[in-house]
Amino acid sequence: MKRILALGAVVLTTAALAWAGADAQPKAGGAPKPVITKAVKGEQCVEPTDIMRRNHMEFLDHHRDQAVIEGVRTKKHSLKECINCHASEKTGSVAAAKDDFCVSCHSYAAVKIDCFDCHSTKPQGSVAMHPLNAETAHYKHQLAAQANSKVSAEEMAGVAQ
Amino acid sequence: MSELKSMSDNTPNSPERRRFIGAAAATAAGLTIAPGVILVEVAHGRSEEQGASSAVRWGMLVDATKCATGCNDCVTACSTENGWTPVAESKHAKQAPQWIRKLELQDPLTQIETNLPMMCQHCAEPPCVDVCPTGASFKRADGIVLVNRHTCIGCRYCMMACPYKARSLVHESLNDTQKADVPRGIGCVESCTLCVQKVDRGDGNTACAEACTAAGHNALLFGDMNDPESEISKRLRELPTKQVRADLNLNLGVRYHGI
Repeated sequence: MKRILALGAVVLTTAALAWAGADAQPKAGGAPKPVITKAVKGEQCVEPTDIMRRNHMEFLDHHRDQAVIEGVRTKKHSLKECINCHASEKTGSVAAAKDDFCVSCHSYAAVKIDCFDCHSTKPQGSVAMHPLNAETAHYKHQLAAQANSKVSAEEMAGVAQ
Repeated sequence: MSELKSMSDNTPNSPERRRFIGAAAATAAGLTIAPGVILVEVAHGRSEEQGASSAVRWGMLVDATKCATGCNDCVTACSTENGWTPVAESKHAKQAPQWIRKLELQDPLTQIETNLPMMCQHCAEPPCVDVCPTGASFKRADGIVLVNRHTCIGCRYCMMACPYKARSLVHESLNDTQKADVPRGIGCVESCTLCVQKVDRGDGNTACAEACTAAGHNALLFGDMNDPESEISKRLRELPTKQVRADLNLNLGVRYHGI
């Protein structure tokens, strides 16, 4: 009887270990990595990229208090300017689709953003009419090629407008 | 005291400096974008880095004798500029935003009718600021009473404290329909901002006053009540005006003539 019990215990342990081992193996690729699309406007952000990635919330926090309470409306570190540069070409927004600039990283990091409960996610005016698109229309196709995404005929028509 | 003195000397809102900036901007900001087409940027009252100054007090003069019966242009202009849904289009009329309302009053004794717009009166001693438990309701240095939506918890004490019924709460999600310049959203109280985005841009006027002038009524006049040379100060010296509920001693930024 003791032998049977011991055998049973060994079988169970092996099965449990095998099961745990299977679970510990990472899934192919893990969670989907954030899609970081290059900003349409400009070459360099207001701060170096690594600083922005780590500290953008601090800059925004400081700027918002200055802007709302003091009325200091500088463009550097303003959320509105972030949106002006980083709005997606497809959706015209930074938070409409899951690949859009803000949402992409924030869903990966599982950090909820409340900004867009109140703030518009789109630059002022329509995307085609926006000055950033007018200024950069001539090299938009280059950026699109770098990003390895196809530019549809509709988008090109939008650029031409 | 000497500090205060030097600040007022350096303020970009002193009339001389403003005139100079205005002239400079008019010449420098004229940008030719195509032959025969010139883009002229509006002269800024103050630079971006410069915060709101207490040397200025923004205010409004409402001439009720010129305010027309049936005209709703100021309300429409406000809704367009600030992106709020007018009461008529709102699903829940009782929850509709109330940045500015048009009132038509009748004296029961004499039957005389008075028209006037009612909005945040931008008190110098605002009761909404007194009662706010988080400090979200505040008065900016230039006299504009605002809600800091980053700290507003939507408790609505300010709505109860306001004698002018000027504030409203956003009850439902706005689903990204806000204007880029005018953030507003669910769970926060809001009211007239004296078009603070336009003031900071240097427009020097509000959407309602612009619409009233465009309609030819000229019942609304916006300006700096601290500047003795401003149009509003001159008119306030000429016309007898009243503050609504003057008994509360709130020192209002909106003054009414003909009520």
